[in-house]
Formats: sequence, C-alpha cells, structure tokens
Amino acid sequence: MAEGRWPVAKATSLRARLVWQLLLLAAVLALILYVAVRIGAERASEATLDAVLGAAAQSMAEEMRSAEGGLVIDLSPGTFSMLAAMGEERIFYRVDVAGQTVSGYEDLPLPGALPSALAPTFYTVPFRDADIRVAAVVRALRVDGRNAPVLVLLGQTREGQGAIAAQLGNRAAALGLGVFLAAIPLSLLVARGLLRPIDRLAEAVGRRGAHDLRPVRHPAPAELAPFVTALNNFIGRLRGTLSQTETFIAEAAHHVRTPLAVIRNEAELALRQSGEEGTRGRLRGLIRSADDAARSTGQLLDHATVLYRAGQAEWAPVDLAKLTHEVATRLEPAAGMKDITLKLDITGSLPAVGDAVLIEAALRNMLDNAIKYSDAETVVDVQARPEGAMAVITVADRGRGLCGMTHDRLKRRFRRGSNVGDVAGSGLGLTIVDEAASAMGGSFDLSEREGGGACARLSLPLA
Amino acid sequence: MRFLLVEDNAELSASVAARLGLEGHGVDQAGTLAEAEEFLSAAPYDLILLDIMLPDGDGRDFLARHRRAERETPVIVMTARSAVSDRVDALDTGADDYITKPFDFAELEARCRAVLRRKGGAAQTQRSFADLVFDPLGATLTIAGEVRDMRSREVRLMELFLNAPGRILSKEHLVDRLFSFSEPVTDNAIEVYVGRLRKKLLGSRARIETVRGLGYRLTDG
Repeated sequence: MAEGRWPVAKATSLRARLVWQLLLLAAVLALILYVAVRIGAERASEATLDAVLGAAAQSMAEEMRSAEGGLVIDLSPGTFSMLAAMGEERIFYRVDVAGQTVSGYEDLPLPGALPSALAPTFYTVPFRDADIRVAAVVRALRVDGRNAPVLVLLGQTREGQGAIAAQLGNRAAALGLGVFLAAIPLSLLVARGLLRPIDRLAEAVGRRGAHDLRPVRHPAPAELAPFVTALNNFIGRLRGTLSQTETFIAEAAHHVRTPLAVIRNEAELALRQSGEEGTRGRLRGLIRSADDAARSTGQLLDHATVLYRAGQAEWAPVDLAKLTHEVATRLEPAAGMKDITLKLDITGSLPAVGDAVLIEAALRNMLDNAIKYSDAETVVDVQARPEGAMAVITVADRGRGLCGMTHDRLKRRFRRGSNVGDVAGSGLGLTIVDEAASAMGGSFDLSEREGGGACARLSLPLA
Repeated sequence: MRFLLVEDNAELSASVAARLGLEGHGVDQAGTLAEAEEFLSAAPYDLILLDIMLPDGDGRDFLARHRRAERETPVIVMTARSAVSDRVDALDTGADDYITKPFDFAELEARCRAVLRRKGGAAQTQRSFADLVFDPLGATLTIAGEVRDMRSREVRLMELFLNAPGRILSKEHLVDRLFSFSEPVTDNAIEVYVGRLRKKLLGSRARIETVRGLGYRLTDG
C-alpha cells in the first residue's frame, strides 16, 4: 500500500499474532500429547504385567492343597516360566497360612488391606534395593480340620518395564516434537488463508488513486464490514462535501460573472465614448480588474470541477487526437486576437480512457497559458502523438519561459511565476492540469523549451 | 449583420446590444426563450447569442429544438458559469461556439467571424470602400482584382477605419480596440499595424492619413 501522508500507528501484525498463538497452542498440545502417550503406555504395560503377575499368583494359590499335617505348595515350572517370559526380572514370594509365613521371604511387605476373594490386589513397594510390584491373593483352605486362610504374595521387579517406559517416553517426545514441527508450516498456511480476505481488501483499497472517491465494493468478511462501512460513509460524506462545494462555487461564479460582464461592457462602452485620457485610464483599469476577477472565478470553478470529477472517476473512451484538435480549434480566435498561430501536429487517432471534461480543462489551460504568455505574431506548437503506452500532448510556445522557476513550484495552487506580474492570472491553471493528469494515471510536466519559451507536456495512458 | 441576443439580464442585454449597435450591427433583444422563438419566426438572423440560464427554460433545450428544426443560423452560447461541463454540454447540443462572461468584445467579434467563416459565411459581410473590397470573414482585401491576405489584427484595424471613414481615430482609441487590456502595449505599437495596413492598401485609392497629434483617418483619394 502506498505510504500515506498520515503515518499509521503500528500495532503487532495480525499475521505474527496469529502465528505465535497457533504455535503456542501447538506446543501445549504437543506437551499434552507427550504426557498422555507416556502415561497411557505405562498404564497399558503395567496392566499387562499385572495381569500376568496376578495370574501367576492365582495359579500358585490354586495349586496349594492341604495334606496330612500341613500344606503342600506345589510350585509348578509353568507358573514361573510365565513370569520369566516377562523379562529378566527377579521374583520374590511369600505364603502365609493363618498369619504365619510358611514359605518364601517373610519380610516381603503385606498389602495395606488384605484381599478378600480370589481377585488379586496389586501394590508397589520398595524391597531389597528395588521397587517391586506385588500381587496378593487369598485362598480359603482347610488345614488340619480348621479353616486357614492362605495368603499368597508374588513380587516381581520391574526393571525391564522401566526401560520400556523410557523408550516409550522417547517415542512420545519425538511424536510431540513432530506434531509441533508440523504445526509450524500449518499455522503459517492457516494465517495466510485467514488473512487473505484482509490482504485482498487492503490491496483493493491501496490500489485506489488519491482522488478516487468511489465506495469500496470489494467483498469484506463480516468482521471487517464495520471498517469498510465506516470508510464508505466517510467517502460518501467527502463526496457530498465536494459536490456541495462545486455547486456553491458554480452558483457564486454565476452571480459574480454576470455583473462583471455588465461592468466590463459598460466600461468598454464608456471607453469608446470618452475623450478624456484620465477617465480612459481609469476605465482600462476597471476592465483589467473585471478580467482578473472573471479569470479567478473561472479557474476556481474549473479547479472545483476537476477535483469533483477526479473523485467521481467515471472514465469513458476518449479520442485524445480529436479532443486536442477541438480544443485547439476553439482557442484559435483567442490566439488570433494576438495574431498567434496555433500549429497543429496531431496523430490520426489516440484512443484513451478518461474524463473528456477533465482532459478538456487540462488542454484548455495549457493552451491558454501558452497564448497568454506569448508575444504577438508568434507560433504555438501543439503536438499529439503516441509514445510507448502513453499519448503525449505537448504545447510549446516562444514566450518568456519559466525564468528559473521549477515546475514543481509553479504547479502549486495560487503559485505564479516571478516574471508574470503584468499578465492576469490566478495561479490555478497549472494546478488544474496537474490534478487532471494525475487523476487519470497520467503526468504533467513543464520545462524550458530549447531556443526560448516554455514546453508543457501532458501524458495520458493509451487505451 | 443581424443579431438575436437572448439574455435575461436586462442590463447586460442592453449593454451588449449597445456595443453591437456601435459596430453597425442590428440587434433584437429577447429576454426569454418564448420571445426568442417569436423573433426567429418573424425574421432571419445572421447569428444568435444565447444565454444558458433563462427564466423560462434552459438555453440548451432551445438549442436542441433549434437544431432539430434544422435552422441554419449559427449560435454562440454565452455562459456565466464557465463550468467545463457546461461548455461541453453546449457544444454537444449543437452550439457553434461559446464565450464566457464577461467577454472581450473584440473576442466576441472574432468568434462570430470564425463561426460565420466555418458556416460558409454570408456574402453581405463584404464591404466596399473606394476601389477596394474588404472581406472580414475571409480576411482578404481585394484591390483591382488582386486578393491580399490579412492577419487578424489587420482585419480588425481595417474594420475600425471602415466603420468611421473620414473620421479621425486617436492612437489611444485604436490601442484600446486592437489590444487586450491585460497586454502591456505602448501607443507606438499601433504605428506598426498602421504601417502594415498601409502596405496592404498600396495601389488603392484608399489611404490612411496621419493627422499629426490627433491620430489617423481613412480617406478615399
């Protein structure tokens, strides 16, 4: 977007905000994923190991039977081979009958609460420099004619599981990191997709010329609709103000110019009829002032019209060659007043797209200036021809030139050259040409002509 | 020439009519479009000077009707608004030219001449004096069958002399009529143009005499 005259206070870009927030979210999600995968894997492996351990404890308990004078514990190899399949783990057991340890490690810790039925209870306790997982099973037996509850504790170290958990943890971390890395291009893509309507709108608004006062018709997302509406309302108000100004100046010009015409005519009549040189001098002054006033009101109106029409930007096909020819022909009588010859060199056809009224105003002011500042019986060259993608209209005179004033200074409103005090003018003429040109994507340039005089150059894009 | 002046501002109308009358033209003044139609149906005119804003309508509508009726009389629109769009409209609806109020009388005459010339000007605008024929439209002077071209200022100067043959015209008077008021000119500038006109008159009985201290006059023989 073009850098405006009023700098915009910069806030963090939406894109950066969006990307950072999406990445933060992705990081949190990756972390949660990591923790969840790790915990889930640990739980799943623990549950599997517990099931095996529980089954082994149960089979131990079931294989016990009472015999004459005691208990027979038959540790079948199948039970332990089942446990051995789980990895290189150490195994501890303890069998209690009626509260008395009858076999195994009597210091193997008991569960917090004794299990009631055959379903095993699991718990983890530190034992002999390692954390062990214990499955506790209770079975009711009759020993020596008495009921004797048998408690079977089967413990197993879980060193292998720790290694597996660490491995799983690493995988989970890799997964989380992968998810996070994948989120980076994705969030960039999402940010781009999401901001595309804004970018397009910004581009559409940025492309508009400084004088373009058409409402913004570009589709806007609902969230931006208030801004576009506010912008359009503002443009509408500006248009209204401009058109009011135009009407006002037009009315003012009308009310000023008619009496000025009477003053001028009456003064001319009086001048013809008066023989007294003092009076005649005063009458000439009167006519000059009326001319000055008329010229200024005319240019103010032209200027307002140019601003207004430039804002409307209602372009249509125009033949610049034909228009230049028409304007020059219409100004011929004015040039003839000073015996100035307009020499036309116009290419057959120069199709362009623009506002004929604006172009006419520009051409008329260029020619008007050339005639005004030329001496009698000189030639003003009017040329219209294509130059690349532009139509270039030059008006070159043999007048007094720019006298060192730069083009940029002369173009400013109410700015006149230093060498023109004796010629009536308001200083708006070049401003009008310049504004009309820039409104239609063209340019205007005024330079010293080789061999004396000024050369005005108006370029407008060809259709 | 015969003018129809359609202008609702009475003061301006009277002043323009007086000015045209001084140049020897006949002028009818109409304050409304209805009056203008009346005048037009009664008599032929060489030129119509038309204001745009009139009490009973828009001058452009009158112009459109005028063109539809295929009346050939050229029309010069006098506009006070000078809005660029106003001018274009006027020309689009068939005006032959426009002039912005207030206007320089000499410019109005020049525009009238240009319009009449484009329209294939009327022969009655030619004027004779002594043994010469002066055609202001064609900007020529014919002396003994020889046609001499004239420049615009020479034409206007010749017209000034022909409007008052035999009368002394002061230098100041001629300067006022020949140059624009915003142009810096000295009285001597007029001598250049009188000198040129004298050259163009060589071989004719018509002469421009210098009346010392007073000015110039056109004489026959």
